[in-house]
Amino acid sequence: MPQRDGITEPWGARRPYGPGEHWPTRVDSYLADGVTPESVQRWVRSAAVLHSNGDGLDIAVRDSRIVGVRGRSDDRVNRGRLDPKDLFGWQANSASDRLTTPLVRRHGELVEASWDEAMDHIVRRSRELLDEQGPGALGFYTSGQLFAEEYYALAAVARGGIGTNHLDGNTRLCTATAAAALKESFGCDGQPASYTDVDHADVIALFGHNVAETQAVLWSRILDRLAGPEPPALLCVDPREMPVAQAATLHLAPLPGSNVALMNGLLHEIIENGWVDRGYVERCTVGYDDLAATVADYPPERVAEICGLEPAQIREAGRLLGTAERLLCTVLQGFYQSHQAAAAAVQVNNLVLLRGMLGKPGAGVLQMNGQPTAENTRECGADGDLTGFRNWANDEHVAELAKLWNVDVSRIPHYGPPTHLMQMLRYAENGSLRFLWVSATNPAVSLPDLHRIRSILAQDRLFLVVQDAFRTETAELADVVLPAAMWGEKTGTFTNADRTVHLSEKAVEPPGQARADLDIFLDYARRMDLRDADGAPFPAWTDAELAFEAWKRASRGRPCDYSGLSYRKLREVSGIQWPCTEERPDGTERLYTDGKFFAAPDYCESYGRDLVTGAPTEPVEYQAMNPSGKAMLKAAGYLQPHERPDEAHPFLLINGRTIHHFHTRTKTGRAPQLDAAAPEVWLEVSEADAAAAGLSEGDLAEVSTPRGAVRAHVRLGGIREGVLFLPFHYSYWDVDHAASKDGDRAANELTFTDCDPVSKQPLFKVAAAALRKVGDEQPAPTIAPAHTTVHEELVTGATR
Amino acid sequence: MKLGLAIRELHRAEKSMARDLRKTADRHAAEHEVHHVAQDLAGWSEEHVHELTRHGRNYGLHLDERVPGSGPLAPLRTTLAELSAGRPEPGLLLLADLRRLHRKAAGVSLDWELLAQGAQAAKDTELLELASRCHPQTLRQMKWTNAMLKSMSPQILTS
Repeated sequence: MPQRDGITEPWGARRPYGPGEHWPTRVDSYLADGVTPESVQRWVRSAAVLHSNGDGLDIAVRDSRIVGVRGRSDDRVNRGRLDPKDLFGWQANSASDRLTTPLVRRHGELVEASWDEAMDHIVRRSRELLDEQGPGALGFYTSGQLFAEEYYALAAVARGGIGTNHLDGNTRLCTATAAAALKESFGCDGQPASYTDVDHADVIALFGHNVAETQAVLWSRILDRLAGPEPPALLCVDPREMPVAQAATLHLAPLPGSNVALMNGLLHEIIENGWVDRGYVERCTVGYDDLAATVADYPPERVAEICGLEPAQIREAGRLLGTAERLLCTVLQGFYQSHQAAAAAVQVNNLVLLRGMLGKPGAGVLQMNGQPTAENTRECGADGDLTGFRNWANDEHVAELAKLWNVDVSRIPHYGPPTHLMQMLRYAENGSLRFLWVSATNPAVSLPDLHRIRSILAQDRLFLVVQDAFRTETAELADVVLPAAMWGEKTGTFTNADRTVHLSEKAVEPPGQARADLDIFLDYARRMDLRDADGAPFPAWTDAELAFEAWKRASRGRPCDYSGLSYRKLREVSGIQWPCTEERPDGTERLYTDGKFFAAPDYCESYGRDLVTGAPTEPVEYQAMNPSGKAMLKAAGYLQPHERPDEAHPFLLINGRTIHHFHTRTKTGRAPQLDAAAPEVWLEVSEADAAAAGLSEGDLAEVSTPRGAVRAHVRLGGIREGVLFLPFHYSYWDVDHAASKDGDRAANELTFTDCDPVSKQPLFKVAAAALRKVGDEQPAPTIAPAHTTVHEELVTGATR
Repeated sequence: MKLGLAIRELHRAEKSMARDLRKTADRHAAEHEVHHVAQDLAGWSEEHVHELTRHGRNYGLHLDERVPGSGPLAPLRTTLAELSAGRPEPGLLLLADLRRLHRKAAGVSLDWELLAQGAQAAKDTELLELASRCHPQTLRQMKWTNAMLKSMSPQILTS
């Protein structure tokens, strides 16, 4: 069987294919030392949970332990391939420092406690606060890594049981803008396109989407197209010269913070040159005149000046997009975590709408997810949305949900949009939110301006519950820590960025007393004695499959309709795209194929927001603007970023991911190969800027902003001059450093608190920074080389 | 012809709106949503002041197009806001400030309407065009203050 190094060759061997052909299969696998495929006792169905690609895989089990993974050749998403995080990440499950018992803070220290003690403590405090202040004192902050069943349970407990408006997911940091942009343009969340569009496209445009590192298997698919006959042209928009840029036909490296200007410039070119699909625009959209008037002010010369580009580059990109026959656009954090995030992402939707590139093979837009199960957080209503893409501003939708849950409609808060995370923390800061339950995420590292975040989470008056598999930096600040089961230790479903639902089965028992997140939420509901209108325990369900059946009922008739799915069916087919109903039992590959949208005033998930102020649109305004539920073209002018370089801080600092790590390295830092591949934070600097600062490759540099400083070794790279890049994964759990003190390793010591007004996504890619050298080149940290050889089986013949 | 008077009054009102938005931004520096958006919206009012100054020349007006910043006390206000970030009281102050901004924006909006009516009667198409360009932004400022009041008051009033 062919072998490769899973770390240095992350995208594996090429299997070239041409337009319209099936993507050939290649099965990747990695098993622990000494384990052979024959010695594996059971293969357990699952999918990747460390990135949003949703690659189907099987977990290898021997002697009640996870001993490896193998890609599923029959999976529609990956056709057998796995990326480095999938291949090695499972080892975190058996890390020696897993949380195995609940912890309770006594005399300032976290000490071991029983489940009863820990839960009683939480319940007592919840009740006190409900009596004293009401549900507004309680908030819940969850993850992008739990299962649909768990999010649905949490949404029911928080909104239908406790009755608080304060529930959000850490998908706020990754995906909120994707959701917001889809709602603005199509009236509803839901990915219009499918990964299979890569098989058909003749132009693929990636806007701030470092797919080679964030969704490595999807990049393999693109690489295989590029290696085959009639390859697509690639447009890459990113200030860094990463692998996507190197493979691109055209690479634009705009200054961070100028995305809206660039997009307006590109739309200007599309309209000026008559590349608009007039028929489609007239039949399927509203808002054209406004958009045309706005982008008229963005000729290439003006845009080039704002973005730091050449006018000719903008014209060339406009031509590429304007003359494409099957145009696939993708968007990710380069837009979502930057200035005017939603406004910029909406302009990409405008681009595909103007060109009529929606709902046919190879044409569409993928507003990507950063987190693996982000889609579920959104559709189940565990973030700033209501369950089943219901509209908080539509009284009938709220009444429908109340009926479904059999609770009084006044129990479900809908006086305003659900509270987003940064506002919840602001309420905690001013003392009006006094209970925060954090599940499977690590805000003490992942949020902007960490000094402030630490001071909020560490307050005595805030009762902090942390539910996690590890003792994270956030857990260190908690009053109660609950040990949670991980992926592979519990059953549930999750949905990737292109609406593909997978079932992930329990392969092994969780360690010690750790419990599935679903069981923990339901236990809390029982101990709180939450009841429905008839006095029955609420939520009524008791296990994952029953929760899934309940979720199916909640989604029926909504755009994210799961009613045609079941655990049994998901055990037969590897990955099905919602909506999946009786009429569409095989799922739905593309949305909006008929030019019809989920945007009718009585059906839409959102009436939208003002792209600059973020003020929600009133129902009557929406009715007047879009009575027949068409797609909406929405314009936005460019605004200057809120923090700009000056003499003291002449650089623009951005942060982002690396292929080897996920989130705050809670899991990937505990997988030996992934840790060894990228053990330390680094700073990417252009050669010219490095020379000016007297820095060479490997030197220790200090990058600082008014909020703090980070020390990192320099990597000279193809980043545009004046811009610096830090990976955001690094923090303090694996160095000798108290988590509650200000440090110099986490990128978010440097970022400032600013959110996109529409999506409320914090901005991580706009900070003014200073750079100086602090030490000469140092030897690379010595780490024992880990076994990185993975197997790669090229399966001949399509199995689809 | 009293159109000049209307321009002068609107010019004063927009200037005051810009200043108040900036002051609110400083005073609530810890409320990042208010802080940043209020500054962006002050930019709109400032642009309106410039436009009115330019057009006012047609009516013999010599209006000052400089919009003063939020004053010498700005850093003090910001520092105070940061120091009191952990206190509940600024919440009520925020509601009061947003309420005042809302009423002010409503006044500016009415003034734009009057100006547009006058411009139509006087057949000053350039002025009419100016009003129809700026007025929607005033309405958006108003919707924003209203929306912020709506979403923040439940928490502030029940805690």
